[in-house]
Amino acid sequence: MTDISKDVMAPPRSFLSQDAIQVFYRLLAALLICAVLAVLSDSFLSLGNILNVLRQASLTFFIASGLTLVVLTAGLDLSVGANVALSACIAGTVIHKTGSPALGILTGLACGGIVGLLNGVMVTALRIPSFIATYGMLWVLNGLTYWYMAGETLHGFPAGFRQIGSGYLFGLPIPVYLLLVFLGIGTLFAQRTIWGQEIYAIGANPVAARLSGIPVAKRLLLVYTVSGTMAGLASIIFLSRLNSAEADIGESLTLPAIAAVLIGGTSLFGGVGTVFGTFIGALILTLVLNGMNLLSVSANWQPLVTGIIVILAVWLDMKTRRRAQ
Amino acid sequence: MSDALPIEVTSPVPLLELRGISKEFPGVKALDDVSFAVYPGEVHMLLGENGAGKSSLMKVLCGAYRADAGEFYHEGNKVAISSTADAQKLGIAVIFQEFSLVPHLDIAQNIYLGREPKGRIPGTIDRRKILADAKRVLDTIGFDIDPSTIVDKLGVAQQQMVEIAKAISQNARILVMDEPTAALSDRETELLFALIARLKADGVSIVYISHRMAEVFALGDRITVLRDGRRIDGVKPADVTPDQLVRMMVGRNVDMTYPRNFADKPGELLLEVKGLSAATGISDINIEVRRGEIVGLCGLVGSGRSEVARAIFGADPVTSGEIIFDGKTISGEPDLAARRGIALIPESRKSEGLALLRSVSDNLVVSALRKLFPSGLFDQRSAQRTSDALIRQLRIATPSARQTVGLLSGGNQQKVVIGKWLAAGSKLFIFDEPTRGIDIGAKSEIFALIDRLVAEGAAALMISSEQVEICHVCDRAYVMREGRIAGHLTRNELTEENIVRLGMHHA
Repeated sequence: MTDISKDVMAPPRSFLSQDAIQVFYRLLAALLICAVLAVLSDSFLSLGNILNVLRQASLTFFIASGLTLVVLTAGLDLSVGANVALSACIAGTVIHKTGSPALGILTGLACGGIVGLLNGVMVTALRIPSFIATYGMLWVLNGLTYWYMAGETLHGFPAGFRQIGSGYLFGLPIPVYLLLVFLGIGTLFAQRTIWGQEIYAIGANPVAARLSGIPVAKRLLLVYTVSGTMAGLASIIFLSRLNSAEADIGESLTLPAIAAVLIGGTSLFGGVGTVFGTFIGALILTLVLNGMNLLSVSANWQPLVTGIIVILAVWLDMKTRRRAQ
Repeated sequence: MSDALPIEVTSPVPLLELRGISKEFPGVKALDDVSFAVYPGEVHMLLGENGAGKSSLMKVLCGAYRADAGEFYHEGNKVAISSTADAQKLGIAVIFQEFSLVPHLDIAQNIYLGREPKGRIPGTIDRRKILADAKRVLDTIGFDIDPSTIVDKLGVAQQQMVEIAKAISQNARILVMDEPTAALSDRETELLFALIARLKADGVSIVYISHRMAEVFALGDRITVLRDGRRIDGVKPADVTPDQLVRMMVGRNVDMTYPRNFADKPGELLLEVKGLSAATGISDINIEVRRGEIVGLCGLVGSGRSEVARAIFGADPVTSGEIIFDGKTISGEPDLAARRGIALIPESRKSEGLALLRSVSDNLVVSALRKLFPSGLFDQRSAQRTSDALIRQLRIATPSARQTVGLLSGGNQQKVVIGKWLAAGSKLFIFDEPTRGIDIGAKSEIFALIDRLVAEGAAALMISSEQVEICHVCDRAYVMREGRIAGHLTRNELTEENIVRLGMHHA
């Protein structure tokens, strides 16, 4: 074949190895930030601070991990923060009314999951572009939560329940264990199951995926439901850690979660990215904010710095990817 | 017709000449010391297999690529082409296969996009002048249409005319056309050829890229053959035979007989379509396909062939009728059809067949995930082994299963699309233009593959605009016209004339 010579000359490339390279660079960046902070601040390397960073990162990661799957399909879920707020308020009410934390947890997860499923229905059955559907959902959820709470604050939960967010086990905060568990589950699901493979295929080319026999609508429903359920999980951690719930707790959660996904190397165009990358993204985000706190930099600078990191990370990704083609 | 004018004598100075052009990409020498001259008022055919360097040469010509080495001469004077603006100044315009028109603007706005005549009030456009100017340009190319028609409403052939009008309005003297007839019907092709003759008479030169031998001899004044980025030869149509040209393109003798071992007796009935209608414009389709058969589905572009394929596969909703596959009535989405054993190899492999950024292996196993990993747990190494076996079996030219599939040549990409259904163990293969944009060597291989598939008990339904292919390869064929089956041709009746006669509009 005359073609062979030409094709063989092109160096072999694959996105698997490139995923690995991306994750490697991100780990390096995270370590670099740690090194700089360790030099600049005496308290950074204290056990208390490191555990604090991990606990904060875990909350962002729970929301961002589900979101990663959505973004892998070239979609977006803007309703995660509002979903956390509604789920937390409903779960809190159930615990107050019944006195059963288990029932409250289940309600919170279910509420998050149902919201996610509704998002999925809008995207698949009604064919509304995901960022519009979930943007609308954001307002609907906010409206429901404000109406439901009517300005009230839920406060004071059983001590056992509060352990989930603020307790320790063998010296590590419980959310850190949950972080490791869901990091493992998320990575296994995305890389080592056929559903994960199908999600990557859908993101890479939805038309080809459908014509290759992948049940695209079912997988999208799954992905949005998972994203909603993870928001439900985050709401439980949130509720238990703050020991209170208000209608506006979700407002500062969505954008950092998207930032973690993007810093983690998942492409908004779909098909490229990893859950582990998102974990490092959440870590980098938290480290930078933590460092700024330790160095007494005014909190007013934090959004600016976050924005620059997101743009930098995405720009570097696109540069390396363009070179690979 | 081609040897009517001895061009060298009447016009010894080329309108545009390229000398020693080279262009390198990481790992690939796309153009290697290519020289190329275009004389005024000639049609210069550019031939070569996929990956031979035609597109790169075209992009260098229009300033989209900058040559690494080489010189340009315009009417004997040395010039530089380092941007599209340079090329435009020299009167070079390219009609790409994918048009660059803005769909929701009208014809006039498209022709004068970015250089609209200014109105009296600053910031406005002189609407009357733009329409009048557009009308004049359209008249010069003999295209009779209202210039205020929205481009979206035009067919492919008409959009192509608008592209040409746009080029002419920019005083183009050299028109580069990339497979301009690929999406045209026979009649539209005739109109295009008439226009080309007219442009020639006005002294416009045309660089014409084609895969169709008939066009090369019908239109060409001169032929340049490229292979592996090098210029192999420049000849005149009168001095060569099609076989010689093919040899120059491929660099070896190619057996363009179609490999097919016809079975004496077709097998059991595999697909039965009864009275099928769909919202996409097909109605009352009746088709039967038996195991061991290759059944052709022909007709003009737009006659509903692809729509039939998509309806059987579940890609478009069916409004009435019945599809019986392997004895069972089926309906539903493509994933159900695929699971039952139907495969669709779509017309556009890049946009519908492949995830271009993913690896060869990812694409090869995507339809077989459930079959290969019944537990639901995916194993990259096992997927790779399956892919390696398919790569060997189909002779896919790729350095490894991990290569990004978008970097393969057209023929090898097509093999990957077919390969994913082999992995899935499909029983009925629906091919929609399986050889479009594929070089001759790969075509032969793909037909041999289809032949082997049906010999092993599968069946194939094949859509093709190349009637020669249908005639050589198919056991029998259905001919479509305006969304309906216009007729059925048995092996003995299967001739190009019969296909054309049944497929023509009798308005």
